[in-house]
Amino acid sequence: MAAVKETVDQVLSIDVDKYKYGFVSDIESELAPKGLNEDIVRFISAKKDEPEWLTEWRLEALRRWQTMEEPTWARVEYPPIDFQDLHYYAAPKKTAGPKSLDEVDPALLDTYKKLGIPLKEQEILAGVERGERPVAVDAVFDSVSVVTTFKAELAKHGVIFCPISEAVKTHPELVKKYLGSVVPVTDNFYATLNSAVFSDGSFVYVPKGVRCPMELSTYFRINEKKTGQFERTLIIADEGAYVSYLEGCTAPSRDENQLHAAVVELIALDDAEIKYSTVQNWYPGDSEGKGGVFNFVTKRGDCRGKNSKISWTQVETGSAITWKYPSCILRGDNSRGEFYSIAISNGRQQVDSGTKMVHLGKNTSSKIISKGISAGRSNNTYRGLVSVGRKASGARNFTNCDSLLIGNRCGAHTVPYIESKNASAIVEHEATTSKISDDQLFYCLQRGLPEEEAIALIVNGFVKDVLQQLPMEFMVETQKLIGISLEGSVG
Amino acid sequence: MLEIKNLHARIGDREILKGLTLTVKPGEVHAIMGPNGAGKSTLSYILAGKEDYEVTEGEVLLNGASILDLEPNERSVAGLFLAFQYPIEIPGVATMTFLKAALNAHRKAKGQDELTTPEFMKLVKGVAEKLNITSDMLKRPVNVGFSGGEKKRAEIMQMALLQPSICILDETDSGLDIDALKVVSEGVNALRAPDRAFVVITHYQRLLDHIVPDIVHVLSDGRIVRTGGPELALDLEKNGYAAYVADAAA
Repeated sequence: MAAVKETVDQVLSIDVDKYKYGFVSDIESELAPKGLNEDIVRFISAKKDEPEWLTEWRLEALRRWQTMEEPTWARVEYPPIDFQDLHYYAAPKKTAGPKSLDEVDPALLDTYKKLGIPLKEQEILAGVERGERPVAVDAVFDSVSVVTTFKAELAKHGVIFCPISEAVKTHPELVKKYLGSVVPVTDNFYATLNSAVFSDGSFVYVPKGVRCPMELSTYFRINEKKTGQFERTLIIADEGAYVSYLEGCTAPSRDENQLHAAVVELIALDDAEIKYSTVQNWYPGDSEGKGGVFNFVTKRGDCRGKNSKISWTQVETGSAITWKYPSCILRGDNSRGEFYSIAISNGRQQVDSGTKMVHLGKNTSSKIISKGISAGRSNNTYRGLVSVGRKASGARNFTNCDSLLIGNRCGAHTVPYIESKNASAIVEHEATTSKISDDQLFYCLQRGLPEEEAIALIVNGFVKDVLQQLPMEFMVETQKLIGISLEGSVG
Repeated sequence: MLEIKNLHARIGDREILKGLTLTVKPGEVHAIMGPNGAGKSTLSYILAGKEDYEVTEGEVLLNGASILDLEPNERSVAGLFLAFQYPIEIPGVATMTFLKAALNAHRKAKGQDELTTPEFMKLVKGVAEKLNITSDMLKRPVNVGFSGGEKKRAEIMQMALLQPSICILDETDSGLDIDALKVVSEGVNALRAPDRAFVVITHYQRLLDHIVPDIVHVLSDGRIVRTGGPELALDLEKNGYAAYVADAAA
């Protein structure tokens, strides 16, 4: 078996065909010319038929962005990105805007079918008869949302679930009020870039006292080459509301890098709860680090109301580079923030991910459970900030970061920052680093499990605490995904 | 069933097995006894295919076919089971999940369909009950927080589930009180069958009061130095290994 020892050689055998979502759909696109300037921003805004205030908002972001520099503090290395060599808008030609399913290009429906995402409501309902719970899906293909399912059903409960480009027109007051209120236009290089050129993404509003009757999800797909995807998601849970939302991401295998710089903003008012889960499986590049998605994402939730709760769960298996820190601003008294993360890196992947828990209100609490798994020649860093403000009396945090190493050419790093300005705060941090032992592997093999299955089993055990946080519908899929991501990590 | 011919093996520079020969026929129970450092555990690891050991000479045949080139999991599905002296903990993996994965790996290798969950549950419950294994224990992670007795019972449960043709028990009696020893022994005895054989590696005679062997071997300095019936174990208990060890050295 030469399990752990031969990892390095075996890792060389990982190649693009292990990534089963690497196919390219042959769909004709309408592209913005390459480059980024005021004309391009106006082009995007005009394409989306946006109101003047939003065009101005974008232009302001662009001007700001032009004065900013790329952050370099993360433990990732990559060649300089030529931001003028990218297309900032790509849309499948046949679907100029969200339409009914009958009008959607069959090639697009096929793409999603291949990805295992059914978009036809009747197919989903057939699943319901088999005992599956329905999931409403917003499918975003490159820069536009191609279809959103179950809108009518959700509307009965007063839940708004639509592409953000549509919400700008149908619910401008909500968009205007909340857009940029959690992640300000000036927040950071990538968030500001996103504010200038954001394409599409989902908008969710759950009214007072409503428990959203189904799981909401958005499925992001980058197809076109030399494009960036800049989605923008905005979720608002009004007083006493509850919503669970899941996003999934894949991209074709391409030699050149694709850029993904998303912004997600969550707002939970009094007594509201938002559960946000991500299964990120962007193309990670080949074993030599060629190609793959650069994933620079700003995700932040604002527990604006008292007793509100925001919970992030992420499973990060893809991307060449991941730079992502889903955070919670615990503004409301008694509000709670949670972050559960599984980050798997293999081949030459680089992950720098973690969270920020900013305690501002009284008796706020936060919990961070992070499980990093590094294999191959990858590097996996947990970077987290727990900050307790002067007025945040009774703040409480618990952090647990575990790293698992497979082989001896990968790295795991934990960089926790803790700042407390209130003496009553209790902040706990636990961290462990371990390796899959030869004994554990041998034991599993002796019971008949092939090596890769054994590794997947052990890793699934390692991440169990986090897996349990995922919606049931996605738990099994995720377990399989973990197995696939680690293929080739051992002999 | 199991034929070991002139087996030489080393770990690093140290030769541990120095020409071990042993033939086990279907239905037989063999006991291998010997002092510390004789190579007892090494033998079990080599048979199961642990990578730290290098076989330098000799042959091991299972049902007529050489297994030395097989991966440990291939040896497992070929019918070789090792009950570990120190069963390994796997945090976060429920015992039930582990059993199912193992059983399905065996079924898959034999070209059989996976069992459905109800079929599997029924099978496990039947096996677990006989070994006083509660459903609570089945939900706990593999060997994590198990007492010594629970670990050994769990090993026998796995053996019963996988239905191997050759079972190697490595110091199964270590860490067991007398009650646990009885339960484990009964579990093993229940598995005795005309088409299954056992190699029981032990330090002490007391296990052999419960699992009565057909043949007893004394292993010393990497070789079998004496073979006899159950009475040999009694003699060892009374007089110790000294005489046999001296023989080997001479």
